[in-house]
Amino acid sequence: MIAALKAHLPILLVAVPLFAAPLCALFRHPLFAWTVSMLVTAAAFAGSLCLLAMVMAGGPLSYYLGGWAPPWGIEFRLDAVNAIILVIVAGVGAVTMAYARASVGQEISRAAQPLFYTAMLLCLAGLMGVAATGDAFNLFVFLEISSLSSYVIIAMGAERDKRALTSAYTYLMMGTIGATFYVIGIGLIYTVTGTLNMADMAARIGELEQTRTIPVAFAFILVGLALKLAMYPLHLWLPNAYTYAPTVVTAFLAATSTKVAGYASLRFIYTVFAADFAFEERTLLFLFLPLGLVAMFASSAVAIFQSDVKRLLAYSSIAQVGYMVLGVSYGNVTGLSATILHLFNHALMKGGLFLAVGCVIFRTGSHSIDAFRGLGRQMPWTMAAFVIGGLALIGLPATVGFVSKWYLVLGAFERGWWPVALLIVASSLLAVIYIWRVVEIAYLQPAPAGVAVKEAPLSLLLPCWVLILACVVFGVYADPTVTIAETAAQSLFFDPGAGLPPMDGP
Amino acid sequence: MIDFAQVLSHYNYWVIITLMMTGLYIIVARGNLIKKIVGLNIFQVSVFLFYITISKVAGGTAPILTGDPDTVYSNPLPHVLILTAIVVGVATTALGLALVVRIKEAFGTIEEDDILEIEHALESETEPQA
Amino acid sequence: MMMTPELALILSLAIPAIGALGIAVTGARPNLREAVTLLTAGALFAVVLWLLQHHLEGGVATLTVLNLLPNLPIAFTVEPLGLVFALVASGLWIVTSVYSIGYMRGNDEANQTRFYVCFAIALASAVGIAFAGNMLTLFLFYEILTISTYPLVAHKETPEAKAGARIYLGILLTTSILFLLTALIWTWFEAGTLNFRLGGILAGQIEGPAVAILFALYMFGIGKAALLPFHGWLPAAMVAPTPVSALLHAVAVVKAGVFTVLKVAVYIFGVDFLAESGAADWLLWVAAFTLIATSVIAVTKDNLKARLAYSTVSQLAYVTLGVGLATSMGIVGGTMQIVAHALGKITLFMCAGAIYVATHKTEISQMRGLGRLMPFTFGAFLLGSFSIIGLPPTGGAWSKWYLVMGAADTSQLVMIGVLMGSSLLAIAYLIPVVARGFFLPLSDQEDRPQPPGYEISTIRWSEMREAPIWCVVPPCLTAVLSVLVYFAAPTIAAFISPIVGQ
Repeated sequence: MIAALKAHLPILLVAVPLFAAPLCALFRHPLFAWTVSMLVTAAAFAGSLCLLAMVMAGGPLSYYLGGWAPPWGIEFRLDAVNAIILVIVAGVGAVTMAYARASVGQEISRAAQPLFYTAMLLCLAGLMGVAATGDAFNLFVFLEISSLSSYVIIAMGAERDKRALTSAYTYLMMGTIGATFYVIGIGLIYTVTGTLNMADMAARIGELEQTRTIPVAFAFILVGLALKLAMYPLHLWLPNAYTYAPTVVTAFLAATSTKVAGYASLRFIYTVFAADFAFEERTLLFLFLPLGLVAMFASSAVAIFQSDVKRLLAYSSIAQVGYMVLGVSYGNVTGLSATILHLFNHALMKGGLFLAVGCVIFRTGSHSIDAFRGLGRQMPWTMAAFVIGGLALIGLPATVGFVSKWYLVLGAFERGWWPVALLIVASSLLAVIYIWRVVEIAYLQPAPAGVAVKEAPLSLLLPCWVLILACVVFGVYADPTVTIAETAAQSLFFDPGAGLPPMDGP
Repeated sequence: MIDFAQVLSHYNYWVIITLMMTGLYIIVARGNLIKKIVGLNIFQVSVFLFYITISKVAGGTAPILTGDPDTVYSNPLPHVLILTAIVVGVATTALGLALVVRIKEAFGTIEEDDILEIEHALESETEPQA
Repeated sequence: MMMTPELALILSLAIPAIGALGIAVTGARPNLREAVTLLTAGALFAVVLWLLQHHLEGGVATLTVLNLLPNLPIAFTVEPLGLVFALVASGLWIVTSVYSIGYMRGNDEANQTRFYVCFAIALASAVGIAFAGNMLTLFLFYEILTISTYPLVAHKETPEAKAGARIYLGILLTTSILFLLTALIWTWFEAGTLNFRLGGILAGQIEGPAVAILFALYMFGIGKAALLPFHGWLPAAMVAPTPVSALLHAVAVVKAGVFTVLKVAVYIFGVDFLAESGAADWLLWVAAFTLIATSVIAVTKDNLKARLAYSTVSQLAYVTLGVGLATSMGIVGGTMQIVAHALGKITLFMCAGAIYVATHKTEISQMRGLGRLMPFTFGAFLLGSFSIIGLPPTGGAWSKWYLVMGAADTSQLVMIGVLMGSSLLAIAYLIPVVARGFFLPLSDQEDRPQPPGYEISTIRWSEMREAPIWCVVPPCLTAVLSVLVYFAAPTIAAFISPIVGQ
């Protein structure tokens, strides 16, 4: 039984949420829907941890869908890179789901709740699928599953603020354009390679690098995924979507969806197109490096002037994506490790921060910065979580942010780009400003008279603190995460992507 | 020198690119949310056509087994892919239209400029009085 | 239970941390809370003393906790420099605790529990800095110290306090993240280790102008050492309650800064490597400029705490100057200065606080004649001033002596002049406070006709108006201690000489 489960673990991670979703929609009972979702996400988290352990111990795994051998059948291929992404998605999914019970109960009407959980599960299934699959077109399908369901859950914020509808619409437009660009790119590659399996593509692209089709395909795929990743300057959909979506959705998407898009870009840049092609100096120097730097500074600067804390954090997310892009631009293993580390670390801290803001919304009903006045005393645990998450964002030692920053700067030194190293640390000072604006208001301004705000309930605080504590634990003891990230970077850089036997049989 | 024969032999690409640009232009230039969705559809359809036309093999027939080993078939895989993509496209359109309906209910308009105006008004309401 | 060095190291960090927890829990009952504070301070001092004894017996205490990054653990080591710093910080914590109880109650301050909690955390991080076994661990506690002292500076929550705290945090975080972190990663990149090793880890790994640049990143990165132009946080931090200024901004925080400077010079670069490469030459001049410039500013300040703050900046530059000399004498002088200045300056700050508690006066011009009303406070102030100026029989005399010797060793005659000039300036900004206190009439006595034969500079015990005893005894005690240090100086010098290869 266990062995059979283990042998089919990759597909189960996707299939179980996918099949649980209609259950929620059919029974139409909020508590039932939540229980199912909670169980499913928790199981998915356990499963993904198990997969990560298997990959770290035994190297890459390949799962043949329906027993059809690639490149004809669809293959799920797991190495350290996507195993860690699966852990992020399922882990954050489980934590936010635990948080959802109280938060969604307040923000979404009873009748819509089961549908909300349906869409959440679909989104989770889609994201897990994107991370697990080794087939380029299959990736598109999963990407659209997750995107379509995320448009829905974002729009569900409309019960609180009607602007959620327009932001979901904008996201739909840009997301669909992005996905379609991606399909165009895949089509172009297919015309010259005749395959859709990523490993197979990688093997065949080598000889075809000189054709015009491959660079064009590369550009289409990169732009398509960059839209999903909210890579500067293709980030315009993100601030509104994050601001007006229900809290749980914001936390979940901020921690997972951009990460998965980031993973997909890494997969294409390194595995499919192979580093030496994608990393002709042009792409690096003239595209990734400046865009990463501009994102870091411009978005952080914009974040400083926001009067809405959710939007502030949203802009900070765009800046953090800039760090990830920067890590890729080095074109060395340390930079890539930093990017992968930051995918993981940023998921923890941004997830935790949005959940902390969610606690404030739960009690005050507002995410304007004014609502934070005096909360340092009235909601001590929530604000303590916010401060620690903020310190992680700044990158102070003993938090995960420090670890990411360390490798990012180290990579810059290895590349000999010391001005970049200085710019990285300088940009974290902008984070000090926007985080401290909130901290000062929460702790040093008196609460508005006559308004008594209670501390958030335990069912909200606990999930929030799980992520925040994870920020500290993996900040003080980063050895395991760094090892995984380095393994992942090595495998992206040097794994030839050759065929693997199926994991579930001879 | 432009090789006209070459250009003309790839006429399918020209059609596709024209459609694609038309679609994108509509998305960008039109303020009506429904028209934007129409544009999105045209854009997607151009990609469907792209997949279908590249699967054509000169002299090939529809990929249905004939029993004759010498038969040349068109490539069936892109067709299958596009079937999936069409489903995705339909879902997207449906969701987009549903959103437009809700936007019409909430804002009373589906013109982008009017919506932006309403949103700006909302923003200045919630802005803290400095 | 047997005391092992590892356990003692853990305890030295755990005691203040647990103390902070205990203070938070007992916050509702002030008497119990204060008892916890005092108990914690006493226990911490005892543990540090045990470590001292263990060290003197030739024992080695090291502790590796866990790998923060691969091959880069959080580790602790006991060595002479760190012991000196830990002893000073933990010993003076007891004195300051007593004092702050008197001060906070005397002034009826709000948020006292938060105050004591943050104080304990700050002390824990100071001890962490003292015993850090590598630069990463030191940096970790350095940042915790910054964050934990922020609420103390912003304590009063007034607009001035907020502005001051903002400057405080801004400068300390900016310098540490921008320069110090960069320097750390650079060092790691070049040397592949951040462990503190006698003789340094950088010799042979890096050369040319890069050495000087890296050294500059360190020196300016350690913002807590208050080298010009990054000294602004120290005067800004004076909005904090006086016990904070006394312990943290005369002892723990600023000494953590100069202590880090010493650590970097001795264990990261190595004194010999610094001297050979000439990377520290520029530092002499920056330190000398800081020394003189801030002394001059101090003379112009009327607010007593502001004057003391600028004096602190100037006195810290003595340590940096000692490092800039890159000789063993300079390092010994710098270490002596840490001890002597800590005792002297804490005395002065506590006196300033006692004056404030008793009379609510903050400006020097208002303090005329107060010396006769508060003879003990002003007496302690006088002794503290002697130590800052460098007059025997106070500890300050020795530190200045070693520094002048160091300057003479390297034939830096200008530096001898700078050191002398700064002492003269110290006389100019400190002695008038005492002199006005004892010899001028009280500000409200001026116009009143005095009876014939009235000697204004006579102390009339019946008119004495000292602050509460909790506020007066601690400064007197530290004043006496700074005299004792004068006689203990050769012992201290012998204690730290192994690290400078004498």
